[in-house]
Amino acid sequence: MSVREYVYYPGCAAKGTARQYEESLLRAFRELGLELVELEDWNCCGSSLYSGIDKVGALSLAARNLALAEKAHPGKDIVAPCSACYLSFLKAKDYMERYPELRAEVDRALRAIGLEYHGRARVRHPLEVVLTDLGLEEIGRRVKRPLQGLVAAPYYGCQTTRPYSQFDHPFYPESLDQLLRALGAEVVEYPLKTKCCGSSITGMAEWAGLGLVRALLLEAQKCGANAIVTVCPLCQFNLDCYQSKLTGLASPIPVLYFTQVLGLALGLPERELGFARAVVSAEPLLARIGSGG
Amino acid sequence: MESASGVKFEAELDREFAHWATTVPGGENIRECIQCGACSGACPMSGYMDYTPRRIIALVREGFKEEVLSSRTIWLCASCYACAVECPQGINITDFMYALKERAIKEGRYPKGFPTPIYAQEFAKLVRARGRSTESLLVIRANLRLNPLKLLKFAPLGLKLLLRGRMRPSPRPEQVRDRAGVRAMLAASGGPKARHEHER
Ligand code: SF4
Ligand code: SF4
Repeated sequence: MSVREYVYYPGCAAKGTARQYEESLLRAFRELGLELVELEDWNCCGSSLYSGIDKVGALSLAARNLALAEKAHPGKDIVAPCSACYLSFLKAKDYMERYPELRAEVDRALRAIGLEYHGRARVRHPLEVVLTDLGLEEIGRRVKRPLQGLVAAPYYGCQTTRPYSQFDHPFYPESLDQLLRALGAEVVEYPLKTKCCGSSITGMAEWAGLGLVRALLLEAQKCGANAIVTVCPLCQFNLDCYQSKLTGLASPIPVLYFTQVLGLALGLPERELGFARAVVSAEPLLARIGSGG
Repeated sequence: MESASGVKFEAELDREFAHWATTVPGGENIRECIQCGACSGACPMSGYMDYTPRRIIALVREGFKEEVLSSRTIWLCASCYACAVECPQGINITDFMYALKERAIKEGRYPKGFPTPIYAQEFAKLVRARGRSTESLLVIRANLRLNPLKLLKFAPLGLKLLLRGRMRPSPRPEQVRDRAGVRAMLAASGGPKARHEHER
């Protein structure tokens, strides 16, 4: 099978709290013939915390990554697994088109370090890459271990589908639902699939964020899900790491990355997909998957 | 904050602020806001805010600068873009919130002791110095400024993450190779960094 190559932008979470996202993404993509080449000397995406301090600086940070990618990998798409990074890049591209005055400032900043932004590289989320570049049928054919026994609440969070909605509906997306079904999982109707987890606010102001986390977890359980499947490091972190602070859950509910379950369905060994890194153990669930539920 | 519910004379309102708001990304069309409240309804954080997003728009348009810039609202916005997508008038409230945060920081008006603006400043410092943020370092630095005792509260989770390899064990933070380049770029971008770097 031919190998397709992409520029991989990890973002800071992939090197820390979202290690298992990176591990499973790289592993599953390699298995599928999708090669991710890490962007050399990438910097912070200029994410939301930075944008609230210095808009031009944030745009320049995003643009440096885009310019580096265009220069080192002409014609290649950028794959950004973190929703916040993905949005930062889409927003930078959008702003560079819509606000010529801002663009002039960013261009000047880039010129100071010998870089130039052209806006040619596409920015993509790995979920969309799998669905578009391979397609559900092809994925279905590659499944070696159908995920029987996994009853998933598909959780998109906010920034992957909003505001740019490049590949799915901002409030009622279906792409992750479809992928999970193609992998043999049962997918519940999860009404909160695009409600916010509080993003970084949850860690900074728990008194506000935990309310959202509680609603998301309880709703998933009431819907009958035995796991939540996410596409974003902040969602995974908030739902996984703050779970022990909540009462009212019937039992702990594992919070998995879509790349982990994808890898599992492709027949990859669990230990290569970073399951052990979760705070809420997925062990009991993993034991059931594939053994007929 | 008293004046939000009480009386404020027209002369006390800040016209310059109301005008400025229409010149920043997201604020261009706030005069077209019909006060329908769709934004506040969509907002997951509105229950915790001192002013809902709809009220923020109303206050900004009238020039209630002090109330808006020292509000907790702008620092509780999680940037989920639900309001922006729902707004029937196409107002990008989320991006407008960013502009408000930036102005609040510039003027040093953020609610003192409130965690988000402190985290944001420490985040920016880390990125300016190293090109990247390191999650554990950010939590430590922000809490040293907020309340060092709070770090104890983070310890159990920190330990869990450490044991699972989800936190950098060494004090050596993430950084880019071309740190000088990132610094030069940010300096050339003409943003407000130089001004609040020496704030603390
Ligand atoms: S949704 Fe838009 S028009 Fe309605 S109150 Fe909010 S900002 Fe105004
Ligand atoms: S972007 Fe901010 S203000 Fe808008 S709905 Fe989300 S949290 Fe509320």
